[in-house]
Amino acid sequence: MALLSVKGVNKRFGGLQALGDVNLDVMENTCHAIIGPNGAGKSTLLNVLVGKLIPDSGSVIFDGQSVLGRKPHQINQMGISRVFQTPEIFADLNVMENMLIPCFAKRDGAFRMHAFESVRHEKSMIKKAEAMLDEVNMLDKRDMQASAMSRGDKRRLEMAMCLVQEPRLLLLDEPTAGMARADTENTIELLKLIRKDRGVTMAIIEHDMNVVFSLADRITVLAQGTPLVEDTPDKIKGHPKVREAYLGEAPVEGVN
Amino acid sequence: MFGLTRKDSKLMLIVFGLVMLAPFILNPFPEGSAMAQFNAGYPDLMQRFVIFGIFAVGFNLLFGLTGYLSFGHAAFLGIGSYAAIWSMKLVTLNVIPGILVSIVVAGAFALVVGFVSLRRSGIYFSILTLAFAQMMFAMAYSVLTPITGGETGLQIKNTDTPLFGGPADGGIGRANLFGAEMGNSYELSLGNHLFTFNLGYYIAGVFLLIAFYVSIRIFRSPFGIMLRAVKSNQQRMNYTGLTPKRYTLSAFVISGMYAGLAGGLMVAMDTQVGPERMFWTASGEVVIMTILGGAGTLMGPVLGAGVIKYMENIISKINKDILHEWFAFMPDGFEDVIVALVYPFIGKGWHLTMGILFMMVVIFLPGGLVEGGQRIAKLFRRNKTSDTQDATSRTPAE
Amino acid sequence: MDQIIVQVLNGLDKGSAYALIALGLTIIFGTLGVVNFAHGALFMMGAFCAVITSKILSVSHQVVDPTRSDFLGNPMQVDTFYVQDWFGMAAGQTIMDWAVPIAILFAIPVMIFVGFAMERGLIKHFYKRPHADQILVTFGLALVIGEIIKYFFGANPIQTPAPPAFTGSLDFGMILGYEAQTIMYPYWRLVYFFFSAFIIAGVFAFLQFTTFGMVVRAGMADRETVGLLGIDIDKRFTFMFGLAAAVAGVAGVMYAPIVAPNYFMGMDFLVLSFVVVVVGGMGSLPGAVAAGFLLGVLESFASMPAVIDLLPGINQIIIYLVAIIILLTRPRGLMGRKGVMEE
Repeated sequence: MALLSVKGVNKRFGGLQALGDVNLDVMENTCHAIIGPNGAGKSTLLNVLVGKLIPDSGSVIFDGQSVLGRKPHQINQMGISRVFQTPEIFADLNVMENMLIPCFAKRDGAFRMHAFESVRHEKSMIKKAEAMLDEVNMLDKRDMQASAMSRGDKRRLEMAMCLVQEPRLLLLDEPTAGMARADTENTIELLKLIRKDRGVTMAIIEHDMNVVFSLADRITVLAQGTPLVEDTPDKIKGHPKVREAYLGEAPVEGVN
Repeated sequence: MFGLTRKDSKLMLIVFGLVMLAPFILNPFPEGSAMAQFNAGYPDLMQRFVIFGIFAVGFNLLFGLTGYLSFGHAAFLGIGSYAAIWSMKLVTLNVIPGILVSIVVAGAFALVVGFVSLRRSGIYFSILTLAFAQMMFAMAYSVLTPITGGETGLQIKNTDTPLFGGPADGGIGRANLFGAEMGNSYELSLGNHLFTFNLGYYIAGVFLLIAFYVSIRIFRSPFGIMLRAVKSNQQRMNYTGLTPKRYTLSAFVISGMYAGLAGGLMVAMDTQVGPERMFWTASGEVVIMTILGGAGTLMGPVLGAGVIKYMENIISKINKDILHEWFAFMPDGFEDVIVALVYPFIGKGWHLTMGILFMMVVIFLPGGLVEGGQRIAKLFRRNKTSDTQDATSRTPAE
Repeated sequence: MDQIIVQVLNGLDKGSAYALIALGLTIIFGTLGVVNFAHGALFMMGAFCAVITSKILSVSHQVVDPTRSDFLGNPMQVDTFYVQDWFGMAAGQTIMDWAVPIAILFAIPVMIFVGFAMERGLIKHFYKRPHADQILVTFGLALVIGEIIKYFFGANPIQTPAPPAFTGSLDFGMILGYEAQTIMYPYWRLVYFFFSAFIIAGVFAFLQFTTFGMVVRAGMADRETVGLLGIDIDKRFTFMFGLAAAVAGVAGVMYAPIVAPNYFMGMDFLVLSFVVVVVGGMGSLPGAVAAGFLLGVLESFASMPAVIDLLPGINQIIIYLVAIIILLTRPRGLMGRKGVMEE
């Protein structure tokens, strides 16, 4: 069954057709990759999914409910979490506080004036956060200030912050962009582990073919704002249209 | 103690001790001695210490936690003052209802101003709050004269007849707490020392303790973490299912209520109010206090308010003659040089010292005097226990 | 109708001052991305350049005049101005009378130097820090500059007259065919308006037609790219800071005869100028100028007796009210660009 279903979405910026009649189904319990050359509309699509942009026409249904017209925080409360290209964390806070914020958001909703309770007494929340940190191997860094961590650790923390909310759908925006090879490998391992242990549905936008082919169950290729092909990784690899539109004339290492 | 950690309880106890023993601590020099002019333990000034302490603690809840720099907070202090004086004129000269009214009214205004101003952030927010405050100042000064008394402001007069407990003999009513007047003082003479214990000061002091306690609780609450998250990354907050605006607005209203409380207390102490209290320089002053002491720290604002008010009232009174007296032991020419060098920075020039101090803090000590103190303390500790792991260095400044 | 013309005229000189300060603020914000709360202090320093120049020009020494004697019959000591010694009586007197315009020559190098020193010595270190820190440190600097001026010149305003040639008023109404004395406009205000217009035109021409200006404008639009082209944009931006300081400075010099300089005038103007910048649109030069004149004229209209009768006190709050309305309805100001100061 489709957890997220995008139907006939169009978006223009002035004269530029950023998205043209995009149809896309992300099935429950799969990892769906969206690839495409620069300017293909991947980021625009993602911004539509999280409520940052409103499309000119079309529908986006998540779990039977429309997400269009809802604000990012409302969409998150529906169960969609987003990992950014550069890790978006609370840099001035320590790791534990970073983890507690999504925990409170999940429990208390968008706003609650819990000004007179003490964080120390939120035992169950702390336990939950610690368990999650343990899962991503960061428990030893719980008191560290987030800004002092390495890029890889920031990415890990961001994912932990998303996962601790137990989202139904995890959106990943080029999670390995700009990473060193070792960090990329680590991130892939982490994502695989999350898939295995948590069975969370993922939609991933990625440039690195290595990442795409080692994670995705299905791949959609976007070109000029329109889905070109949608198929399994194996089929995509050999697809002539894809090679022409996306990979150019010359074959690319990671694909073959 | 009261749901605080041991460390916070210690902090609370220190502030409690400072407030209770202030008449002693601030009057260390014997009467009539050369240093007596450094005594700050007279009621009027002590009241100002705690009232501006409350104002700065409240401002810190907004700026220190969320990073939103309001340049119009004095407006809420002024509104609190006007509300309190009307409560005294019309209802009762008892200060408690007046103070409560001032908190509520200032909070209501803060809700409106905050709601509008928070539609923008950054410099736009600062300018909007400034514009609102200047507008309220101008209105209090001119248009609203029937309510605010215009330029001269409002005082309690002998024509005022409050509903409850007005003065029987047609005299000028005085602010009181269930009959005990704010001006009541008990003077204790110990040798050459004179200590004054003033009722008004202690009432304001109790409010400071409550305000400080609430501030600690907010700092340590999930709400406090959310406010710091606003400062750190609003985008992530949005994508974590939270509404940074509503958290910031709550902080704005709370800090507006603190300002209202301070304004109400001012009226309780001197039973008068004028529009200059709302002028933007007054807003600038609380900004300076908070940052000088240490924005985002618990003690900082109280400390900053103390330093500024001490300079304004004590350092500013030093004149050239006093300086010459001090340096009289030096050779004549040398004495003149020293006096000429020092004089621009004290006495009437105290603003210059304050400005330089403030700039230094912004440039070198973003954590204010509190961070400075911590650094010095750490230096000493390191000297003592040279190689032991310094575990406290990792905890954020508090 | 004549009333309206009077108000427009009255608004123009104040509007010119707002526009000049706002222009400098915008140049600094647009090029360096810094919110300069000390810009009013630069304006004030300019006004004090006029004061200093007038003081220097009237330095005197005592000369024994053998032709006159005092009441004891001794030759009289007479104060003589050095400029009169050097240039003769009449020319010397003229130079002293024209102290304010002459001060411009003095103010430009001084203010450019002050601007350089400020940027290199202080502001440079705040590019990467939050805007709140920039506001705070420049606010502190403004306080310090104000206090230093107060230390040397005292707290009282210092009258600095315009050249006698401009002390009268122009009967503007006569020119437009009204009766005599209906629309009087002091000459100096007229001079101020044309002077401002000249400076503004000069700054725009400089940015529009010189290579230097083009690079700066490109840098305002996209700093990184210009940096990548191998152009040392930082040096140019430092120069622009000096230019902005000089613009504020000469605005202050020429304003001295209109409002007697005092150490606090910078802050008064700054608050309003910031409102002007925000209304015009942060980072937009035409916006700053337009909003400066617009708000100046609006303020003057709000001071009309007829308007005050209708809405008492409106003259005091009009600028702030307009600012609030504009900020809420047009978040980017009148001519603001997209993406400036937004998250």
